[in-house]
Amino acid sequence: MIEIRELVKHFPGAARPAVDHLTLTVPQGEVCVLIGPSGCGKTTTMRIINRLIEPDGGSVRVAGRDVMTTDPVSLRRGIGYVIQHVGLFPHWSIADNIATVPKLLGWSPARIASRVDELLELVGMEPAQYRERFPRELSGGQKQRVGVARALAADPPVMLMDEPFGAIDPITRARLQTEFLRILRGLKKTIVFVTHDIDEAIRMGDRIAILRDGALVQYDTPEAILAHPADNFVESFVGTDRALKRIALLRVDTALEPLAGHPPAHAIPAHANLRDALAMMFSAGVDALTVTGDGGATVGQLTLSGIRERTRATEP
Amino acid sequence: MLLVEAWQFIVAHPARFFGALYIHVALSAAALGLAIAIAVPTGVLLADKARATLLAITAANIGRTLPSLAVLALVMPILGTGFMPSLFALTLLALPPILINTCTALRQVDPDMVDAARGMGMTRAQIMRRVELPVAMPVIFAGIRTASVQVVSGAVLAAYIGGGGLGDFITAGIAMMAMPQLLVGAIPATLLAIGADRLFGYLQHALTPLGMRPR
Repeated sequence: MIEIRELVKHFPGAARPAVDHLTLTVPQGEVCVLIGPSGCGKTTTMRIINRLIEPDGGSVRVAGRDVMTTDPVSLRRGIGYVIQHVGLFPHWSIADNIATVPKLLGWSPARIASRVDELLELVGMEPAQYRERFPRELSGGQKQRVGVARALAADPPVMLMDEPFGAIDPITRARLQTEFLRILRGLKKTIVFVTHDIDEAIRMGDRIAILRDGALVQYDTPEAILAHPADNFVESFVGTDRALKRIALLRVDTALEPLAGHPPAHAIPAHANLRDALAMMFSAGVDALTVTGDGGATVGQLTLSGIRERTRATEP
Repeated sequence: MLLVEAWQFIVAHPARFFGALYIHVALSAAALGLAIAIAVPTGVLLADKARATLLAITAANIGRTLPSLAVLALVMPILGTGFMPSLFALTLLALPPILINTCTALRQVDPDMVDAARGMGMTRAQIMRRVELPVAMPVIFAGIRTASVQVVSGAVLAAYIGGGGLGDFITAGIAMMAMPQLLVGAIPATLLAIGADRLFGYLQHALTPLGMRPR
């Protein structure tokens, strides 16, 4: 869906290129997280995709079309854009803010009104209550909900999100991450997501692209990156607790064993993750848990050695 | 007593009084209108040019330090006397506050908001018209309000270069040591200045978008 080939961007006066021969493909319907330390070129790369920055070399194709030969204004109207500080227009109502792109595209007022209500509901805001409000009346989390609704307004197939939850308190952030992941997955959007938070990258990404000095260091699924960091840089970047982060991605039922004798006293649902299971074992002082299915029926058991076996299975 | 005599003067010379009042208002309104028509578009054109904006603000600030009378005195040898030179001088007087506020207001527009607007596919002109100008409007109007008071009070000095207006009564009053006649010029001129301030204060509020009004 998005094909980046040999992309180069060198800002005048900078010692080295911001983006240095970067090649990356984001398949349709996937969330690709660009991550790396400050100055690694992640935001520059994202901003080249909708031509807010012009590259010095290489190419970017979105849905097969070379962005450099597409008019930037019409290109941008077809790509959702969400930024950290949201950038809502303070003099427009929430409804008008969400309607920004549909208005630019000349939709009829009736179509715009019904689309605005649909989007407010999608992002969990009661249309009748919020439609006519102004941005300053909203909390940070609500502003970003409107920011995402605004980006989705004209139903673009591709979304660019630059640290969308960076300015939001941790509790709200976790809720928005889960919620938006569900919404965006449901809509099958192709998403380029920039962050510097590895936990967010692991939670949100189908694939994670780790960048350093404008170049791609590793591009893989969160699980593969945690299991096999490409080099010391990636290993230190993902953190010393990468084993824990990794088992947090694995469901309990992937390490399910048949019951041997009496079911253990403590139970965990099959859809929970292995890190939570491990935490439960440690706090209860046991090394086996009963695993329950959706209806609450026992489906098997999970043991400490089973977890170790499961994580070893994907080690090199 | 003085006020009664001033009132009697107006009643005795209605044509002179209303003629002067008309010229005073016309001169002020024309100067303010011209200044808005020059300063606001200049500020908009300079919006993307940081160095040119700084230069314009500096120049306007220097212009601001010139006393109104000095501006009139400087204009006289070049343009002579009468309505037009007065209009020119008053326009010069009104330009700095409007230009400075327009430049400052546009510079202070939230860059994230502009980035969002660009990223959603607004053209440069659409961003200026739909986003930057409306958001900058309250501050621009504050500049127009300041300029309006300066122009209405400054117009009194037009009398010195034959521009007419209420200043005629003041200069004549001073020359003839006639206090009532001086007040015939001074009091309405003061009331006009206060009125201009109130009018533009109201317009400033009315033109501030609903979502940005002080609560």
